[in-house]
Amino acid sequence: MTTTRPHHSAGSDTVAFARQTWAGLRVLLVLTLLLGFAYPLAVTGVAQVAFPWQANGSLVSSAGERVTSRDDAVGSLLVGQAFDGPQWFHPRPSAAGEGYDTLASAGSNLGPLHQDLLAAVEERRSAVADADGVDRADVPVDALTASASGLDPDISPEYAQLQVARVARERGLAQDEVRALVDDTTVGRDLGVLGEPRVNVLRLNLALHTMGS
Amino acid sequence: MSATWTAVGQVGIVVLVLAAAHRPLGDYLFRTLTSPTHLAVERVGYRVMRVDPDAEQRWSTYLLSVLGFSLASVLVLFGLGRLQDRLPLGIGMAPLDPAGAWNTAVSFVTNTNWQWYSGEAAAGHLFQMAGLAVQNFVSAAVGISVVAALARGFARHGTDSRVGNFWSDLVRVTVRVLLPLAFVAALVLVAAGVIQNLSAHTEVGTLAGGTQSVLGGPVASQEAIKELGTNGGGFFNANSAHPFENPTPWTNALEVVLLLLIPFSLPRTFGRMVGDRRQGWAILAAMSTLWVAAVGLLTWAEMAGPGLVPAAAGGAMEGKEVRFGEAASALFAASTTMTSTGAVNSMHDSLTAPGGGVALVGMLLGEVSPGGVGSGLYGMVVLIVVAVFLAGLMVGRTPEYLGKKIGRQEITLVALYVLTMPAVVLIGSAIAISVPAGLAGQLQGGPHGLSEIVYAFASAGNNNGSAFAGLTVGTPFYNTLLGLAMLVGRFVPIALVLALAGRLASQRKVPDGAGTLPTHTPLFVGLLVTVTLVVVGLTFVPVLSLGPVVESLS
Repeated sequence: MTTTRPHHSAGSDTVAFARQTWAGLRVLLVLTLLLGFAYPLAVTGVAQVAFPWQANGSLVSSAGERVTSRDDAVGSLLVGQAFDGPQWFHPRPSAAGEGYDTLASAGSNLGPLHQDLLAAVEERRSAVADADGVDRADVPVDALTASASGLDPDISPEYAQLQVARVARERGLAQDEVRALVDDTTVGRDLGVLGEPRVNVLRLNLALHTMGS
Repeated sequence: MSATWTAVGQVGIVVLVLAAAHRPLGDYLFRTLTSPTHLAVERVGYRVMRVDPDAEQRWSTYLLSVLGFSLASVLVLFGLGRLQDRLPLGIGMAPLDPAGAWNTAVSFVTNTNWQWYSGEAAAGHLFQMAGLAVQNFVSAAVGISVVAALARGFARHGTDSRVGNFWSDLVRVTVRVLLPLAFVAALVLVAAGVIQNLSAHTEVGTLAGGTQSVLGGPVASQEAIKELGTNGGGFFNANSAHPFENPTPWTNALEVVLLLLIPFSLPRTFGRMVGDRRQGWAILAAMSTLWVAAVGLLTWAEMAGPGLVPAAAGGAMEGKEVRFGEAASALFAASTTMTSTGAVNSMHDSLTAPGGGVALVGMLLGEVSPGGVGSGLYGMVVLIVVAVFLAGLMVGRTPEYLGKKIGRQEITLVALYVLTMPAVVLIGSAIAISVPAGLAGQLQGGPHGLSEIVYAFASAGNNNGSAFAGLTVGTPFYNTLLGLAMLVGRFVPIALVLALAGRLASQRKVPDGAGTLPTHTPLFVGLLVTVTLVVVGLTFVPVLSLGPVVESLS
């Protein structure tokens, strides 16, 4: 199908192009069987056997156990979810839908000079300072800014520590007990240099939740 | 350890892995593109496809094969998008509107992966895996095929402009290189938490008593090739910032490695194909210089956090994930814009003004540092020809590169190549800021609004795909115009490169003389980097001044 004759007229060029497009369609269909079906289905098959928990979304139950069925799950350990009440550790501000909407992952996309964003930062600073009874200057940056995905599962260790007093008071627990949970949930940088230290909010709140029961 | 040293450390890990991998992979790509034998599975494939993989094609036929294959791809992808509600695994998604389906089809076929839609709200699983992911593979293979044809143009002498066989290049690169690498990478990503299933999205009750949808989809298989093929189209709207696409700091480093892997390995392949490995090293040195400079500048900008909001908040964390922080976000942003990948792990619209400026310049360099798979290298070879030509003018000799004379016709093709992308970017931006439908898309006016529009056309014209996502682009105006920009930005340069390859293949070899400029020396690498920056500088300084520069100063 690969023509090697030189072309001399617009007509023969058109014919040659039509033949190449027809050949291209045949090649595409064969490659689609390989790359669009065999490949993803093979990866799915191996993944479901070797890593069923991860492949299905790293789901957890309200008892904090790993589950693969969505019927038993309260969410994914990898995906942030909303926690509003004073008895919970709060996640970051979210621009995904009304907040932590997995069907609308998104950042705010507001630029570094945007007045609305500046106003939002100041408003969040006041809200966190009031709720947690801390100085406005002590509110860390991740509590003031929306994440890229709107589904950030983590907060900084600083923001988690800042919330300890409030959560302990609301739950009638000793601050040291709650602080120990935060310390247990804090993870450092991967390989010592990759990324940042962080605390998974759902994991932390599950630890609180199961401690009470 | 201080924040600066951890930032250096994570760049160091990426560099070490690439340094170890680029030679074996470059050699393997060389063998793939030059081996006289076909694998058994490939022979079966060619019989079913009814194509002859051994017929050497003239450049013009090679180009017609590229264009024919790409046209067939656009038509099939357009059809899949329009019909996704009637196909299996549609998970309840509505068909794409005609302008949107056109934009997405062109976007994925041109290796741009610009996305006006939000994956979790608009794309069914079959469309993603049998449509978009297939193009992630083959559009990458097209880029590598074209640069292989260009290398053959330099390596061959006195042929009747034959530069290889497109079908053979396409199939081999896909089957022997991209598929095995993607398979392994996909399983590693699953182990880290990237999902891989065929379930729809279903709602569950959350711990605090609310509701949230648990997402499903064949994500890992698409994520792997999305980075490896420098495609960048996310399964979800948040792309590589989404925890199900990029769950940990080490998957983030892996994804950065994957998107840089082939572009940094191809100079080795090129050096071996033209029979002089030193030429590959020189290209690698120029690419690395520009990449390291961009990573350094962008990391500094994000960690220093200049500007009104970062100063007020105490850091540039708007649009960034806690697990990545400023440094890993900056590393990803520089790498994705300089490879024409366009995946993002942070929202570029919220980058600091100088950081966003670096990302924009990274694309405007024509994506040669190291650039997209294949396209980065052929872009760099074009700039080498410009550099050789300039040096030839200075000493009054006929310029030559790799034993081929750069005459009037060669330099005309190269000049047209260099002018194509700026024409697309500047004319496209000019149209958009001149009509109400274009201005209406800005999230904010002033210099940042201009940056949003220029960024969109730079992204489309360079087949990058990243966005200042505040710009509302899901309109017929932007979908149509950006689709045209992507098409011209991809196939006009490819046609010019293949024409150049054909002319070179038909030339006799000119023996090196006393006046031949050596092209493997540090001096030449310096000249090449300078030419790259000057070409961009002269073209884009006015518009960059009105956008990111004004914003940085205010």
